[in-house]
Amino acid sequence: MKKKTLQGDNPRIGVYVCHCGLNIGRVVDCAMVAQESAGLENVVVSRDVQYACSEPGQQSIKEDIVEQGLDRIVIASCSPRLHEPTFRHMLESVGLNPYLLEMANLREHCSWVHMNEPEAATVKAAELTGMAVARASKLEPLTSRKIPVSKRTMVIGGGIAGIQTALDLADNGYEVVLVEKKPSIGGQMARLDKTFPTMDCSI
Amino acid sequence: MTDAGRHPNIKLMTLSEVIDVKGYVGNFEAKILKRARYVSEKDCTACGECAKVCPVVRPDEFDSGLSSRKAVYSPFPQAVPSAYVININECLGHNPVVCAKCSEVCEKKCINFHMSDEEIVEKVGSIVVATGLEPYDPTELDEYGYTRYENVLSSTEFERLISAGGPTRGDLVRPTDRKVPKSVGFVQCVGSRSARKGGAYCSNICCMNTIKSTLVLKEHHPDMEIKVFYIDIRAFGKGFEDLYRKSRSLGVQYIRGLPGTVSENGERSLRIAVENSASGKIAFHNLDMLVLAVGVKPSSTTKKLQEMLGLQLTSDGFFLEAHPKLQPVDAATRGIFYAGCAEGPKDIKDSVTQGSAAAARVIRLLHRGEIVSEPITAEAAPEKCKICGICAEVCPYGAISVDVKRKVVASVNPAACSGCGTCAAECPFDAITMNHFTDDQILAQVGTALAVEPQSKILAFACNWCSYAGADYAGVSRLQYPVNVRLVRTMCSGRVDESFIWDGFARGAPIILVSGCHIGDCHYIDANRWTVKRVEKIRKKMARLGIRPERLQLEWISAAEGIRFAHVMEQLERMRREVSPEEIAHTVNALMPKGEKTDPPAA
Repeated sequence: MKKKTLQGDNPRIGVYVCHCGLNIGRVVDCAMVAQESAGLENVVVSRDVQYACSEPGQQSIKEDIVEQGLDRIVIASCSPRLHEPTFRHMLESVGLNPYLLEMANLREHCSWVHMNEPEAATVKAAELTGMAVARASKLEPLTSRKIPVSKRTMVIGGGIAGIQTALDLADNGYEVVLVEKKPSIGGQMARLDKTFPTMDCSI
Repeated sequence: MTDAGRHPNIKLMTLSEVIDVKGYVGNFEAKILKRARYVSEKDCTACGECAKVCPVVRPDEFDSGLSSRKAVYSPFPQAVPSAYVININECLGHNPVVCAKCSEVCEKKCINFHMSDEEIVEKVGSIVVATGLEPYDPTELDEYGYTRYENVLSSTEFERLISAGGPTRGDLVRPTDRKVPKSVGFVQCVGSRSARKGGAYCSNICCMNTIKSTLVLKEHHPDMEIKVFYIDIRAFGKGFEDLYRKSRSLGVQYIRGLPGTVSENGERSLRIAVENSASGKIAFHNLDMLVLAVGVKPSSTTKKLQEMLGLQLTSDGFFLEAHPKLQPVDAATRGIFYAGCAEGPKDIKDSVTQGSAAAARVIRLLHRGEIVSEPITAEAAPEKCKICGICAEVCPYGAISVDVKRKVVASVNPAACSGCGTCAAECPFDAITMNHFTDDQILAQVGTALAVEPQSKILAFACNWCSYAGADYAGVSRLQYPVNVRLVRTMCSGRVDESFIWDGFARGAPIILVSGCHIGDCHYIDANRWTVKRVEKIRKKMARLGIRPERLQLEWISAAEGIRFAHVMEQLERMRREVSPEEIAHTVNALMPKGEKTDPPAA
């Protein structure tokens, strides 16, 4: 894995605070979070957006990346478990290494769990975004590697499901090792005479 | 079945079990134990002469013990491979003095008592787990009289009695008098939907299987009285409702309520008491035969495979998929897929669908002959390595090679590394960097989280797969918890370095939480075992420094435990309130580098 060092001395970070419609925006003052984040070290652009993941939302971020020469992006929105792949693709599409992205989870970990404390939630949101900015400053580009793979598959279990998988793979030209514990394949299905919904035999 | 047996691309290994799997996506190495058949698969023509002379008679498992077979036998007429097999534990032995009658009559000389079990290693790129189900054993549900009355059958036994290939050639007779029963009852949800015995889940197939059985019975015996005792009839699939309606229209009685007691009368028929929950009345029914519609249990091999392959199970004991809606046949471990009942109870159509889906997922993964690996892996710096070997010891994947004896420094195989980061946390010399979760990156988050009013904060580390996902689930469920939690995500709790904890306390954190997957459910096989050891070690050091060890908490929170996550946060907040400013000041002081301390640390 080769690491490229980034051009220039200081990271140029763009921060995007997402309203997620009302999901975040109803509780957290997103404009204020964006404004506070603008003052953080290495932050070049900081804005609030209605839907960061939407086509226009992504487009505006991409334009910023190109025009402002941003090299690290912080998206303060939903869980990275949901949209991290989305935003990594977005970075890649404008030639930025996808691992120069950091997300702050303002929805699942903030607005949705502190619905009755908008002020405290806004303070927390700003801190979560600040944590993401601090981490983003330290991010390094990473490059994926290609690994050769064997095209054979082992199917464990020779019941109807295993047989179907094995046949589909084999018919597509893939080699299969079908492992069955019993002396014959067929599994539970082979013991059934008639099966629903067709009421015909199973074998 | 026969297609699978003769397909040139399928290597069929029966009487075989996977006993060990090493490697990683694209490059697995599976060790398979192939038990001896003692009959040549290639030469046996299934003429059956051997079985005719075999003197050993045993119950036939395929017919649920309702018929018999010999010690040398064909599992069933359509078996694939068709070759006979000898159960060597039942066989009298190959010494001609003792028996060996089968080998004497076999013209093709297929029988070979000298065959032995073999261990075969197969290299494969992906693995599909299709280990199926086991029918529920109704023995423990004593109220239905399964063990006491011969005319109470499980649905698997009943299935063989109505099968054209079964012991009675498909003629339904009572086990006691071999007469056709005039009335048959079916009891639904046996071992399903019960918090008491069996599974709490719906077994999916039993309603439709019973409806099918009633149709088969009505076809052969239009006058037979058939009663089905049920909680709900779940006929949700395509064409299912039609079958249900047809069954009712043929006169099958559907009675809402499960039997309370079953007793036998003089004619070996059964008298059952049922509270009809639709009418609220208790009624007695006399039936010649009672069939228990048994539920579906996970295969007995599930646990062993789960440990061998580092997979996760749901609370029901079936394999847990990577995502219940969007990745229903993928395991969380890349390169492993599920098909059929291994993942949960399902009927034939769904099993076939999932089998095809798994095949498509395999092809998607392997078709290029190479795959792109996630670069979130560990990297060793040879100049810093002191060759202690700890990294290789803690790596759950054997991805690190280091030779302590020959003084070869550590190196990480990035293809085998899954990125848990345990090695980076355990390396005493900081010689291992965990890409994308480096010390610098995580400490930057910790520093920011505790920059303002650290005494009011709860610092929590959460693993990506379980605890962070559990926090997400708390969010999705809109559970409200204290606002002062600051969560730092790592891929695995094994990544949480000792230095992160000390840094947090040195910055004035009152409470620190390390959280991860439950023991046994770790996404990285068993990396969280090292989390436990590390936390214990840190707590001991805390005690020596005069810091209350309780201020470092360790909790296991799964992806499904949103409620538990919120509850733990409440609990931590209560603990935080008990930590006084003096206590924090003492800790900060005790952790200062020498020379900067204001007081000597408490011993």
